[in-house]
Amino acid sequence: MKVSESVLFDAPGPKARRRVVIVNIIGVLIALALVYYLYKVMNDAGQLTAEKWAVFGKGSIWENYLIPGLLNTLRAAAVAIVTSMVFGFIFGIGRLSTNKVINWISSVVVEFFRAVPVLLMMIFLWIILARSGIVAPSDAPFVAVVVGLTLYNGSVVAELIRSGVFGLPKGQREAGIAIGLTRGQSLRNIEIPQALIAMLPALIGQFVVILKDSALGYIINFNELLFNGKLIGTGNANVLQALVVVAAIFILINFGLSKLATVVAGRLSSRGISAGKPLDPAVPVVVADLNTTVPGGNPKG
Amino acid sequence: MQGYLSLWDEYGGQMLSAFWGNLQLTFWAAIGSLVLGTILALMRISPVPSFRAFGTSYVNIFRNTPLTIIMTFGVLVLFGVFKVQFSSDFNLNFFQIAIVGLTIYHSAFVCEAIRSGVNTVPLGQAEAARAIGLSFMPAARLVILPQAFRGAIAPLGNVLIALIKNTTVAVAGSVAEISGLMKTMLEFRADVGILIFLTIAVFFVIVVIPVGLLTTYLSKKLAVAR
Repeated sequence: MKVSESVLFDAPGPKARRRVVIVNIIGVLIALALVYYLYKVMNDAGQLTAEKWAVFGKGSIWENYLIPGLLNTLRAAAVAIVTSMVFGFIFGIGRLSTNKVINWISSVVVEFFRAVPVLLMMIFLWIILARSGIVAPSDAPFVAVVVGLTLYNGSVVAELIRSGVFGLPKGQREAGIAIGLTRGQSLRNIEIPQALIAMLPALIGQFVVILKDSALGYIINFNELLFNGKLIGTGNANVLQALVVVAAIFILINFGLSKLATVVAGRLSSRGISAGKPLDPAVPVVVADLNTTVPGGNPKG
Repeated sequence: MQGYLSLWDEYGGQMLSAFWGNLQLTFWAAIGSLVLGTILALMRISPVPSFRAFGTSYVNIFRNTPLTIIMTFGVLVLFGVFKVQFSSDFNLNFFQIAIVGLTIYHSAFVCEAIRSGVNTVPLGQAEAARAIGLSFMPAARLVILPQAFRGAIAPLGNVLIALIKNTTVAVAGSVAEISGLMKTMLEFRADVGILIFLTIAVFFVIVVIPVGLLTTYLSKKLAVAR
């Protein structure tokens, strides 16, 4: 942010500073007008009355709806994080493999699942799993959410691992081979551990995506946070309030995770490790070409 | 094979028109979020503190909210509580509310993509521009923004791809689009369930992969050599 400011704007002199103050005051006034407008619209619609919000002070609402919903959301996200890491490892290594067949299969799998909307996979899995009886119908939404999240986010993790390895200095692999490791050994023991550390901020950013996308489970009747929030809203005639509370919970958790990613990135760069920030952490990455940016240390001699 | 062909007889037209709905959502939301996102990016890089604070809060709020909540909000609150009517036609109204929802959500990502483009421009470029006597507008127009735009192509492409896929979430906003149709199709024709999924998945692959290849090509071709 510092950089972008100074690229476009020179350090302001006395005249410019005065202008900034004036524009700033205008900005604050516009913001206040906006807030007032929102207040008026909500007040006129009777959305600010105490009774609409008071339910969220009751323990029973939290005990029966919000906490169980949040737990289901976190459970689905936690399982999906673990399984997508496994999926990502397998196909990330597959894409780095020198074996043409393995490489080709991994590429097709990864590109396919990155191009197909997660929601389509979830709806498909949900209906097929519930019908075929592979899992109990009551478990079908949960399994569909987890598998759907795994297929998409696992593919993104695979790409992260691949681009992380590409970003390493070439000398790392050469050194590994020079001390007599095979290509695969050097990949597993030398390159991937370093790539993972360098990609840690992007990985944490992907966890935000997983957590956010778990809310898609609402559409397939998975009783996660949003689903339970809507139940509160329809039960107490306060949909607006319920959705605002649910959104606030999501925002708090995701904001915390994003901050964690920034802190980790800062720590890493102070240790001299840089992934060259090839991805914005929270943007769901699809066919991004990750290896063009040749992040981090370019091999010099 | 027989089952699959009869599937096309039965649902072919519906599938294409539903997917056309997704593409239309993409088109309008892409324009909307490009405009709103650019304004937000300008606010975030401006020297005015209140503008910056607004841009930052917007991005942090909407980037961290699940799109599903925004879509649900559109239909249950904007329409349900505040009776927002962009159009007297029922379906068109939900369609337009969905465009607003998609725009609000993706603007946050467009803003960050443009900002990251500006961040790729080294400070020395601005200093050199000032050193040769360019004032603010010429420096921005001739030196900084052309480079920033090139740096933003790849992240903007990613946002566009995410948007194409995210139009399926409009089903939570009561819009007739492809994921809702797929659910209906799966319920009636479970015998060819996998084929239904693969067919619709291929629709997306056909659109998403070329967009990815094109933005990759453009960002490479237009990359600023440094």
